[in-house]
Amino acid sequence: MSSLTRDDVAHLAMLARIDLDDAELDRMVGELDVILGAVAKVQQAPIDGVAPMSHPLPLTNVTRPDVLRAGLTPAEALSGAPEVHEQRFSVPRILTED
Amino acid sequence: MNSDLTRATATELAEALANKTVSSVEVTQAHLHRIAAVDEQVHAYLHVDAEGALAAARSVDDRRAAGEQLPTLAGVPIAVKDVLATRGMPTTCGSRTLQGWVPPYDATVVARLRAEGLPLLGKTNMDEFAMGSSTEHSAYGPTRNPWDLERIPGGSGGGSSAAVASFQAPLAIGTDTGGSIRQPAAVTGSVGTKPTYGGVSRYGLVALASSLDQAGPCARTVLDTALLHAVMAGHDPMDSTSIDAPVPPVVEAARAGQVRGMKVGVVRELGGAGYQPGVRARFDEAVQLLVQAGAEVLEVSCPSFDYALAAYYLILPSEASSNLAKFDAMRYGLRVAPGGVDDPSAEQVMAASREAGFGPEVKRRIILGTYALSSGYYDAYYGSAQKVRTLIAQDFERAFEQVDVLVSPTAPTTAFRFGDKLDDPMAMYLNDIATIPANLAGVPGMSLPSGLADEDGLPAGIQILAPAMRDERLYSVGAALERALVDRWGGLLLDRVPQLDGTAVKGA
Repeated sequence: MSSLTRDDVAHLAMLARIDLDDAELDRMVGELDVILGAVAKVQQAPIDGVAPMSHPLPLTNVTRPDVLRAGLTPAEALSGAPEVHEQRFSVPRILTED
Repeated sequence: MNSDLTRATATELAEALANKTVSSVEVTQAHLHRIAAVDEQVHAYLHVDAEGALAAARSVDDRRAAGEQLPTLAGVPIAVKDVLATRGMPTTCGSRTLQGWVPPYDATVVARLRAEGLPLLGKTNMDEFAMGSSTEHSAYGPTRNPWDLERIPGGSGGGSSAAVASFQAPLAIGTDTGGSIRQPAAVTGSVGTKPTYGGVSRYGLVALASSLDQAGPCARTVLDTALLHAVMAGHDPMDSTSIDAPVPPVVEAARAGQVRGMKVGVVRELGGAGYQPGVRARFDEAVQLLVQAGAEVLEVSCPSFDYALAAYYLILPSEASSNLAKFDAMRYGLRVAPGGVDDPSAEQVMAASREAGFGPEVKRRIILGTYALSSGYYDAYYGSAQKVRTLIAQDFERAFEQVDVLVSPTAPTTAFRFGDKLDDPMAMYLNDIATIPANLAGVPGMSLPSGLADEDGLPAGIQILAPAMRDERLYSVGAALERALVDRWGGLLLDRVPQLDGTAVKGA
C-alpha cells in the first residue's frame, strides 16, 4: 500500500481547508500511515462481485406535502453569525483582486 | 422508593410523581443539588440549566395539580448529550468551534422530551463531534468515571454515562455512531441502547457520519431505558431516513422480560483473544444465566466482522469529512483571522478557523476521510469499505435466520486510565470493535452491566443485538438478564459505585 508523504498530508489538509503547523504535520504523517495500514485490511476481504452498501435503509426519495410552514426568522438565522451586516452574513472577500 | 431522590429509578420517580407523593420541583432540585455537590469531580456536564429545568418542573407540577393526565415520564429530569440542538442552551459538540453557540431550534428528540414534560438538567460532555471512546477528545476536558476518577467514562457519550452512573440524572440522551452509547454504558455499569437506524429522528443531531449516527436512551435499568426509548422514537417527517412505522413495543418487552424459548447466538468473532479475562468471565456467566432463564444458546459465526473496524474507519472519516465541511466560519461557529495576512480571503479565514477550532482527532479523521474519498484512492478505500459493509449486513441476516438475538461483550476491556491510549489512535479505535458491526448494518444494540471484572473491580458490559426494527427483543433479553443478575447481586451493580460526595478528594 502506498504510504503518505509529508507533502501528501499537506495537500490533503489544504483540500480539507485546515491549516496545520509543522509539528502537527509531522505527527499526522506518522499517525495516518499507521491508520491507513490498518484500514487497508478491507482490501483483503472477499469483496469481488459484492455490491457496495452506502446506507442501512433501502432509501427512496422522501418528500413532504407542499404546504407553507414557518422557518427561522432572519434574527434567528443570523443569531450565531460571526459577523452581520445589514441583516446579512458578512464574510471575508472571496475573490483575489487582479 | 429510596428517600434520596437521586438514587431512585426513573420508573420509581414516575410512579411517585403520578401519585403526587413527590413533586417534579423536588426531584429536579435534588438532582441539581447532586450536580452541585459532585460534578466538580466528575465533569459530566458542560452546561447546567437550573432555571430552565425548574421552570419545566413547575409547569409539570401545575398541570398535574390541575388534574391533567400527563405522559409517563412527565416531571422526570434528564440530561442531554451536547450534540443535540437545544433552543436556549449552548450546543458545543465538545468543540471549540461551537463554543457558546445557542441553536435557534430544537432537535426533534429534544422537542419530544419537552413535549412529554421532562425537565432538561443540562448538556453532557463528549468527545469532540463524537469522535472518540474516552471523552479525552473534548475541548473542555475529560469526564471522569464515577467508579474510579482516574479512568475514562467511555466515549463519545461519557458525559451521559457518567451523569446517570453518578446519580446526577436518572436518564440521559446519548448518540451512537460506532458504540458511543453502548461502550460508555459498559464501562460505567449503566444501560444504553442504540435503536435501529431510522428508529429515532436525527433532525437536530449534529451529524458525524449520517449513515451510522443514531440517538438513543441511557439509564440505570433496562425498564428505564425502555421508557425513554419509547419517548424518543417514532417517525419524524423532518428526517428523510426516519422509519415510518410503529415504535417496537420496547416497554412491554422490558416489563415482561421473557426469554423462554428464545434463541441466543454468541458471536464467535466478538470474544476470545484481545478481550480482558474478567470481561470474558462475566460475559460467560451472563450467558449461563440466560440458559437458566430458558433461552437456547448457540454459537454463531459472522466472519466478516473481522473487517468491520477497518471498514468503519474508512466510512466514518469519509462521511465526517463531508459533514464537517459546514464548519466554514461563515454563518456560525468560530471565525479566526490567519496571522500575518492583510485582508485575508474567505478560504484563508476558513483554514485558520478550522485549525483553531478543531482538535487533533477531528483533524486526523477529516484528513483521513479526504484521502479515502480522493480520486485514485476512492475504489481501494471507500469503495472496498462499502462492499465490506454489505458482507457485514449479510452476516447479520444469516445469523438472524438461526437466532433471535446475538450477544457479545460490549467492549474488550473495562475502563482504562486517562492517557493510556491517547497517543495511539488505533489502540483507541479498538474499543469499538464489538459495537461497530451494528452501526454498519443499522441493527439495534443494547449494553447492560454483566458484573465487575475480577482483576480490577471495574464494570463490564454485555451487548445484545437484534434484527432491524425488532428493538423489543433487546429489552426482553436485557430485562430477563438484569433480573437474574440483580437477584445474584442483591441490587443493581451501581449500588456499589463509590459515593463521591463529601469524602472523595477531587482528582483522587
